[in-house]
Formats: sequence, structure tokens, C-alpha cells
Amino acid sequence: MAAAKRRFEWATIEKRFNAAYAIAVLFFLVAPLIVIIPLSFNAEPYFSFTTKMLTLNPEGFSLRWYQDIVENPQWLQAIGNSLIIAICATALSTVLGTLAALGLARSNMPFRDLIMAILISPLVVPIIIAAAGMYFFYSSIGLAQTHLGIILAHTTLGTPFVVITMTATLSGFDRNLIKAASSLGADPLTTFMRVTLPLVAPGMISGALFAFAASFDEVVTVLFLGGPDQRTIPRQMWSGIREQISPTILAVAVLLIIVSSLLLLTVEKLRRRHTPQGAKAS
Amino acid sequence: MAGAAAITASDLRARFVRSGMRARRISFLLVLPLLLFLAVTFILPIGDMLMRSVEDPTIAQVLPRTADALRSWDGKGRPPYSAYAALASDLEVAQRDGTIGRAATRMNFEVPGMRSMLMSTARVAGKFEPPYAQAFNAVDARWADPEIFGALRHASFTNSIGYYISALDRSRKADGQIIMQPEEDQVYMMLFARTLFVAAMVTALCFVLGYPLAYFIAHASDKWRNYLLILVLLPFWTSLLVRTTAWIVLLQTNGVINDVLAIFFGDGARTQMIYNMTGTLVAMTHILLPFMILPTYSVMLSVPPALRRAALSLGARPWQAFWRVYFPMTLPGAGAGALLVFILALGYYITPALVGGRTGQLISNMIEFHMKTSLNWGLAAALGGILLSGVMALYIVYARVIGLNRLRLG
Amino acid sequence: MGRLTTVIIAAAAAIVILAGVLLFMLNNNSEHDAEQMNKDLNSMPLPSANGAMPAGSPAGAALRGQSLVVVSWGGAYTKSQIEAYHKPWEAKTGAKINSVDYSGGVAEIKAQVEAGNVNWDVVDMEIADAQRACDEGLLEKIDAGLLPPAPDGTPAVQDFVPNGITPCAVTSIVFGHIIAYDSTKFGASPPRTLADFFNLTAFPGKRGLRKTSPTINLEMALRADGVAGDKVYATLSTRAGIDRAFAKLDTIKNQVVWWEAGAQPVQLLADGEVTMTSAYNGRIFDAQVNEKKPFVIIWDGELLELDVFGITKGTKHLNLARDFISFATDTQRLADQARWIAYGPARRSSLPLVGKSALSGVDMRPNMPNAPENAANAIQVDFQWWADHQEELNQRWNAWLAK
Repeated sequence: MAAAKRRFEWATIEKRFNAAYAIAVLFFLVAPLIVIIPLSFNAEPYFSFTTKMLTLNPEGFSLRWYQDIVENPQWLQAIGNSLIIAICATALSTVLGTLAALGLARSNMPFRDLIMAILISPLVVPIIIAAAGMYFFYSSIGLAQTHLGIILAHTTLGTPFVVITMTATLSGFDRNLIKAASSLGADPLTTFMRVTLPLVAPGMISGALFAFAASFDEVVTVLFLGGPDQRTIPRQMWSGIREQISPTILAVAVLLIIVSSLLLLTVEKLRRRHTPQGAKAS
Repeated sequence: MAGAAAITASDLRARFVRSGMRARRISFLLVLPLLLFLAVTFILPIGDMLMRSVEDPTIAQVLPRTADALRSWDGKGRPPYSAYAALASDLEVAQRDGTIGRAATRMNFEVPGMRSMLMSTARVAGKFEPPYAQAFNAVDARWADPEIFGALRHASFTNSIGYYISALDRSRKADGQIIMQPEEDQVYMMLFARTLFVAAMVTALCFVLGYPLAYFIAHASDKWRNYLLILVLLPFWTSLLVRTTAWIVLLQTNGVINDVLAIFFGDGARTQMIYNMTGTLVAMTHILLPFMILPTYSVMLSVPPALRRAALSLGARPWQAFWRVYFPMTLPGAGAGALLVFILALGYYITPALVGGRTGQLISNMIEFHMKTSLNWGLAAALGGILLSGVMALYIVYARVIGLNRLRLG
Repeated sequence: MGRLTTVIIAAAAAIVILAGVLLFMLNNNSEHDAEQMNKDLNSMPLPSANGAMPAGSPAGAALRGQSLVVVSWGGAYTKSQIEAYHKPWEAKTGAKINSVDYSGGVAEIKAQVEAGNVNWDVVDMEIADAQRACDEGLLEKIDAGLLPPAPDGTPAVQDFVPNGITPCAVTSIVFGHIIAYDSTKFGASPPRTLADFFNLTAFPGKRGLRKTSPTINLEMALRADGVAGDKVYATLSTRAGIDRAFAKLDTIKNQVVWWEAGAQPVQLLADGEVTMTSAYNGRIFDAQVNEKKPFVIIWDGELLELDVFGITKGTKHLNLARDFISFATDTQRLADQARWIAYGPARRSSLPLVGKSALSGVDMRPNMPNAPENAANAIQVDFQWWADHQEELNQRWNAWLAK
């Protein structure tokens, strides 16, 4: 009885300790992102909370740094470039990655492990090495300092995400459904459009969003391959951080946090629809 | 009857094989576009870049006769007389063609000051007359040093491992003996060691922080689990530059954390937490932590709770049940996360460059320096080659032991 | 089977269409950008004061419609060049300049020349980089005889600062590496000499130094340690001299905050992260005058460095580029630039012509790094010496930094 009680107490303490620790780690993960949100509304060009901000005096807050973004042609150009590059790179890597994942998911794929390893390698090869290689190669074929060069580079870096997500989706894909559809008289195209596609689409969209986020956040290949006309948001942030952190950077950061939250929520929604309850552990 | 049946069977087998081959071909065709794409935009460029670490035709091209003459010399004693004559005529030609600068820059990587030596000698080499050795020494006394010709000889081989020797903080004497650089010039080995250290530290920190959190989330109620998971995924999806910016804002001398410290303990309490190793470690741990949490979490979900209950009911103490039953079962997930974090940390560039200051720089930053600033592309390629082979070795381990199909993003 | 074929064909089509759309869009885009940039340039107000406009010669009609890519450092510096060089040159010749920013170094030029795909025509670079690029055959030769003489007839070669004209490069400005401090931090007895920068007891506080290269840092260390200006490079040529420089730097190593880009030291001073820092004189001037910061420049022990124009090897606009450079580096143009930024003109004949700032009305002459009163104890950075020793000292510098 006493032993059971002690065990119970120990378990409670352990649980509380674990909860406190876990919440501290979550705080470590999220707090830095939260802190910059109010600071981006600072009326003063500093990175700390002013007295006015702490007393919630409206004079301590302003939208001037957001206005800065809208009025600065460099930032606007960067936003435009980032969107063009990310959208094109996402489209390319989604098409290529999905095709490859469809191939990899077929039971008779030769050299599957080797090919999979090659296709995912852009994720693990140190980015500086990839960028250096592309720098020489793209310069020699005239692709350096062009949008196309960066799009190709970002496509390369984005495909592993599509391959990984799509392979995961397809591995849970029940082939009997196709057989069922054709036995019910559907022609192959109809089967694809009405059965296969709706089942793999969530995975494909998730992969595409990952590829988009990867391109939207990529700076090293832009540093090596991009000229002044290819400045992207991360490239602009990079020089801002290195030279002088103006609070404009914080405003951009907050906008990026909003974008990534939207991407994340979309992916989570897709995942939840895609994964039946309880099947999450796999 | 029996014969007919046999024919049908082999026919069937052939058909089967044929259709199997066709199916394989289709599978392969589906993968082919991406494979070709990566080959052209990724693998080929990296291969081409790495070739620069073992291939440098500069001296063989600019000073061809000298290169020929020196290759047959064993590097011991005095260089052959023919080398002086060849060098005189090569320098004259290179001066006329305007290519001498390339050779001079190349040799300056090997011997400091050799650039001006070659340039100034080349300007007068057209007037040289035998005996050439004396003519060279008259222009610059350093020509009397056999090590100068030794360096030329090493550089005259188009293919050589010279850059790898430099990348390991060593240099070669004329006779091929490899010696360490003077201690105050040694930097690359230390940076490789530091890179390993940082990767190991970040992995350990990620484990210490990530494992309990993954445990907490995996054992939370269904309702909470999703919210908690989103809190982990949010930083995962947020731009690396945004997260680095956030840490700069928090950690700098006049940043949020130091402001809080100053309120409680006065201005003297402000400490340097960024632009040094601490900055690199904190920011990298923050950025890589989700890579540890997510695989650990998904493995924890698959551990049947009944197992631990069984251990408890058999008399095990709670910590025994945890360490002897539960923990080993979650190791594959934690191990996968740890290995991935380690691999990714080895190649980190952006974060150390922005918050590493003087002491938090890693080997990637040195590669960038030689790519962009010193233009010693051969050395950059050699450093990159060493880094890449380390990463690839670990990647193969990951693929073999853990399996690439376990890679999950969220 | 049919399904798969359809997928493959559709995907291939998608790729081809995408690539086509992309290429189409890209070309349109860059043309559009160039047009826009020209429009922007045209709509900027032209400087009309004190003869910044050349006597408009329509002789350049042949050049009309051509365009030149001029690469420079961006920000206030590029703006000063646009005002003083680009606009009058465009008005004279009718050609257009596309102004492009970069962050220094030879890497891009080398990659372009090696690839045979040159799209930078004129590059504004530090003289050490120009020397390096010239050695490697990455720059076109420039004939000093084509540069206009001073108004009094002095040939260009004698009018420019020493070493101002090299086979591949023509100097436009002289800039100073100086020490700056925040006057609110030291009260009645402020630091006055370079040696004070290394004196942590009398002048406590963090110091800012440039991280990217041993150049400047080693010279400053030796001069602060008492080495005479004309002995600096002779001292650095010996092992003992290098050791001495590093030993001097060791005395403040733990107190140094390192900077990389030119805007950083100003920011460090303004944020109170350092009390004293090395910096480019023009940046500090800008903070003093335009942002009213309480910064003071210590001119003692100043190191002068040259910034030059070079022409990328293999450019398609060689004659245009040469015309631009000889125009931009004439006496009046160099004096005009000093009205926009506090860097000194590379011609002696330009110095008396330097007037008041076009931005703030401050008299610029006393703020020139090469004005005699400021440069009394200055030496010029020996780029030839550095070209020989850069590799060796970079390695030692990187090793020293990392430890």
C-alpha cells in the first residue's frame, strides 16, 4: 500500500517535472518568434521594449516599419522576385518530384534505395558545396545572374521535399482501389482523375508547400548565383542583418511568420483530412 | 500433352518476364526526368567543382617547358640545369602573352611572395643569357633556394593532391616530404574539429531538449496533442533567417535578455551571448530541434502503453520500466533524429556566418571565404571534398541503418 | 498502361510549357527592368550647381542608344557617382548607364571572364583587388595617355596620387581608414592618437575592428606600437614584424567586436556596442553630419586606400567604357563627387575645387581624408606588398581569429 502510494507520488512528480520541462522547451522554441512581433511595431528604431511600449502607451507603437517595406522599391522588388522564383521552382519540383515518387512507389522499381538516396541528397549535401558547384557550372553556361538559374537551383533543393512527402503518401495508398475502379468499368483516365488523384493530391500539395517554403527561405544559392536583379526576400534580409538591423527586418520577419503559419495550417489540415483517425502512428 | 504444357509454361514465363521488364522500364521512366534534372543541375556541378581540388593545369599551361623539365627531377638537391633555361624562355613567353599573372597568383598560394618574384623576373627574362642560374639569382636571391623549384615542380603536375595537403594544415617540401605548417598558421584541422564539436553539441542539446518534449506531446491527451505539435512545427516552417534575426534581437548586448538582466543586476550584468560560439550553439539548436522532436515523437506514438504497464505490474520500478522497456523502444526515432541533426549541422553556413562572430565560425564559412574572397578555388574544393565525404558517409549510414523512407517532414 | 502514358505525356508537356513561359517572362522582365531603371534615372533631378554639367557636346551622337553596365558599392557611394559621373556623362554621350551593386571582391569578375560571359563593363573596386584581377588577366589595359591633363596642363600621370594609375585601373577616390569614437563616452580627456585605441586602461570599452582581412589591422597595430609610417611594410616583411603586429592585436583581442560591412561600425558606435572603432571616414562623416551623431574622427595614423575603375576583360563596350572612365576621372568630375560623399578626389588639381556638400551645405574640404591637415601622419596602403603577402597573412589571420 505504502509502496503503491510512493510509486504514485513519484509518478506525479515525474509528470509535473516533465510537463514543466516540456513547456520550458516549447517556450524556447516559440518565444523568440513571439518576441519580435510586438517589437516590429516599435515606434523607435530600437530592438528592445521602450517604456512607452511596456505601459501600452499607443505612442510607443507605430506601423512605420511596415510602411517602410511598402515604400521601399528594393523590398518590393525582392518580394516580387521571391514570389516568381518560388512559384516557378515549386511547379517544377512538384512535377518532377511527383513523377519520381510515382515511379519509386511501384513495386518493381529497380535500384530503388540507390535512386531514392540520390533524389534526397540535395537535402543533406552542405548547401555551401552545392552553391559553389552551381556557381561555376551556371556561370559557364550563362545561367548565373538570371532568374532561371536560381529557379533551377531552388527546384533542385525543393525536389527532396516533394519526393519524401509523396513517397509517404503513396506508401499508404491502397492499390486495390484502382482495381476496384476499373472492375467497375472506369477507363484508366477516369480512374486516375477520380480515384488516384484525389487520394494523392493532399500529399502532392503538402510537398509543393514544403518546396515553396524551401525556396522562399533560401539564401545561399542566391548569394552565389544571383545578381542585383535577383535579390529575394532572404537575400535582402541577409544583407540587412549583416550591415545594420533596422526594425524593417523585424517587420518583414513578422510577415514571413504569417506566411509560414498559413502554409503550416494548410499542410496540417490536409494531413488531417488525408490521415484517418488513429492511423497517425506509422 | 506434357510437351504442350511445358511450352505453355515457358511461354508464360517469357511473357511474365517481358511484362515485368516493361513495368520496370515504366517505373524507371517515371523517375528518369528528375534523375536527369538532378544530374545536370546538381551532381555534375558538384563533381565539376570537386575536380578543381585535384586538377589545376595553370602551371602546365603557362610554363609548359618548365613543367616538363621539373617533372623528371626528383626534388632532391639542385634542380636540373635545363629547368632554368626552360623557365627563362617560358617566362619570356608568358610575359609577352600576359599570362604570367595567372602563374604568379597560382604560385603565391604555395610560396608567399612568389608572385612578385615571378612577375619581376618575367619582366627581364627576355634578356637572360646562360648561365641561367646566375641570371635568376641576380634578379632575386630567393631563386637560389631549391624549395622554390620544389614548389614549382609540385604545381607542374596537373593532377595532384596538393590542395588536400594544404587543407590538412600541411605543406610539401621539394623532395615530397610532408610537414606541418607552423602552429600559428594552422587553421583548417581546428575548424574541422570545431565543426564536429558544434555538430555533436547541437545534437546533444537537441536530444536533451527534444526527447522530453516529444515524450510530453506523445503522452498528452488527443485534444492537446495537435496544438502542441503545431507549436513545434511553427518554428520548423519559419524562415531560418527570421529565426536567426529573432535570436540576434534577443541576445545582443542591448537586446531583450540583456535588458532584463540589466534591470535586475545592473548594467554590469550584460553579457556577450551572441557573435561567438554561444550564439552559434543557441541558434543552431533552436533551428534543428524540430528535426529531433518529430521522428522521436512519431516512434513514441507507436510504443504500446501496455508494455510499460506490464513491466510495472511485474514489479519494475517506474524508472526501470522507463529505462529498460520504454527508452530502448524509442531509440530508433531518437537515433534517426540525432543522426539527421548531426548531418545537417555539419554543413551549416548561414547561422554561424550571421551570429558566430569570431569564434563561432565553421568549416563552411572557410569554404565560402576561399570561394569568394581569396579565390583559392582549389583549396575551397579540397575543404569541400573532405566535408562532403564525411557527410555522405553519415548519409549512407542513415540510409542503410535507419532507411530513407523513415524521413518524415512533420 | 494508358494511364501512365497520359501522366508522362502531360507532365512532359507541363515542363516544356513551364520552361517556355519562364523564358518568355524572364526576357520581358529584364527588358522591362532596364527600361524602368532608365526612366528612373531620367526623372531624377540633374545637378545644376557649379558646373557639374559639362559643356554639352553633341559629338557623342554615335554612342546614343548604347548602354554601359557600371558596377559599384551601392548606397550613398553609388549615388555620389550617379550624380557626379553618370548623369553628366549620359548627357554628353547620349549613352545609358545601368548601375549595378556588388559587395567587392574579384570572384564575380573571374567567374564571368572564365565563362566568357561578360556582362559587367566597368567595375569600381579596391585597388588591391584591381591589381589582383589585372595580374590574372581579368581586366583590360587602360592607356594613361588617354586621361585628360589637369586644367593647368599637368599630365594626368603627375596629377594623380602616387600609384593612382596602374596598367589596368584609374583611381577615382582616396578613402581613409580611421578611428572614430563616441565623444559622450570619454568626457574631458578623449583619445587623440592611434595608440590610444589600444590603450584599454585609459580608454576602457569595447573596440570595433574589421574582420574580413588582415589589411589595415596589422598596419594599425604596428603604427600604434611605435613603428614609423615608412617602416611599416619593411617590418611586416619579417617574421618578427608579423609577430609583433599580432602581439599588439592580442592586447585588445578580447575586447573587440568585429565588423564586416562598412555600415556596421557606425551602427556599433550608435548602439553603444563599442566605444571606439576603425571605420571608413566617409561613413563616420555621414553619421556626424546627416544623423547628428556625437562621433569624432582620430586622423592620427590614418591609412589611405585607393578605389579605382577597371574594365572587365572581354567587354563588348570597350571604347565606351574607356570614354566613361576618362570622363569620370577628370579634375572637375572628381571634385564634384566630393560634394556628395566625404571621400577625397584622386587628383591633386581637384582638391582646391572641392566645395560645399550638396546634401548638407557643410564645407567638404576639411573632411577630405587626403586634405593635408588630416593626412599629416597618414600612410598609403601598399597594395603591391599586399598582393604578395595576402595569402600568407590571410591564413595566419584566419587562424588567429579562430583561436
